[in-house]
Amino acid sequence: MWKRDEAVKPTGVDTTPTSAQPPVPAPRPAPGREEARTALGRDTVNIGKSVVIKGELNGSEDLTIEGQVEGKIELRQHALTIGPNGKIKAQIFAKSVIVLGEVHGNVTATEKVDIRDNGSVDGDIAAPRVAIAEGAHFRGSIDMQRAGARAGDGRADAKSESKPDAKPAAAVAPAVQH
Amino acid sequence: MARGLADLLRLGPRRAEAPPAAAGGDPDAGAFHSKGFARFLTALSGREAPVIVDLGPVVGSNVTFYGERLGCKLFVEDLFTDLERFAKSERLEELPEHLSTRLTHADGSVDAILCWDLFDYLPRSAAHALARALVRVLKPGGALFGLFGTLSLETAHQTRFIIVDDGRLRHRTYPSAPSRRQVFQNRDIQKMFDGLTVSDSFLLKTNTREILLRKP
Repeated sequence: MWKRDEAVKPTGVDTTPTSAQPPVPAPRPAPGREEARTALGRDTVNIGKSVVIKGELNGSEDLTIEGQVEGKIELRQHALTIGPNGKIKAQIFAKSVIVLGEVHGNVTATEKVDIRDNGSVDGDIAAPRVAIAEGAHFRGSIDMQRAGARAGDGRADAKSESKPDAKPAAAVAPAVQH
Repeated sequence: MARGLADLLRLGPRRAEAPPAAAGGDPDAGAFHSKGFARFLTALSGREAPVIVDLGPVVGSNVTFYGERLGCKLFVEDLFTDLERFAKSERLEELPEHLSTRLTHADGSVDAILCWDLFDYLPRSAAHALARALVRVLKPGGALFGLFGTLSLETAHQTRFIIVDDGRLRHRTYPSAPSRRQVFQNRDIQKMFDGLTVSDSFLLKTNTREILLRKP
């Protein structure tokens, strides 16, 4: 009478791990990540905490990183979330950036950078809006110049050499490269 | 019957708890008027995308204020942390040399500097070394805002200043290594910031002086 199997029948989404996909442990989502996902109101691509990437990371989707990335991250039209376990040593370019983990490197966002409680950024930030929560760590400079002013700013300062180019997003790479 | 009513009351909707205070609590609580800070902002009003150096600890709401009000480039140089580190490791005699080279900005590249009450906590030699560095990096016409106490006392806390609005600040203390607050007389301040002129000076009810210095 009761068909126990129906309860676990696939509903269109294949959840079976394939041989192509490494058996990445599925950790319980950290509260910060869930919060970020809810705040964005849409699903994001996740890089799990066991993943280490060295090189350039481009994407055309929102991305959450719980692992480690060294190099460069470009999500010019999309949101990037560094989860509580995320450790980034990279230059970051994105539409918006939420930091709950650790970032060493310059961060450029066309909309907003948000360093949440326990988030840490060592580097220069360039974004029109920047929010830093109580308990967050930040060391560096914050460039909140309005777009027009930034374009016409020919000022040279001591840190300008390390500051990433803040040109607006133009081309977006097709997919996340692992 | 009475017991039933009591049960109902106990099981009924609980009184909504007061919402947690926003980060930093009620922005009006403990706020004080600061004419000096208002003048500081006025000094920056004509400048397009000014470069500001904040020598205090990073305060998120202040950063938001700077962005919305000034659209500036902000350098957070938390020298209180440096002071704390040198004090804890009992290397305060090395602080003057450290502070004289700590700011890596080009000469005359900074529009405004917020010192808050940092100078009250610095040994005199370190204060003079830092003042020289600040005068060096400030642009002609640039502004420097500082608060200077009038009482010398032992303290084991430092103060974090939170901007409420254009004319009001709020302060919050946090524990630190014990230190003795210095008192700089007005003439000491003028000598220390040789190259700057005192533009405005206000004495608060708390006997703290707010001083705005400008580079001619």
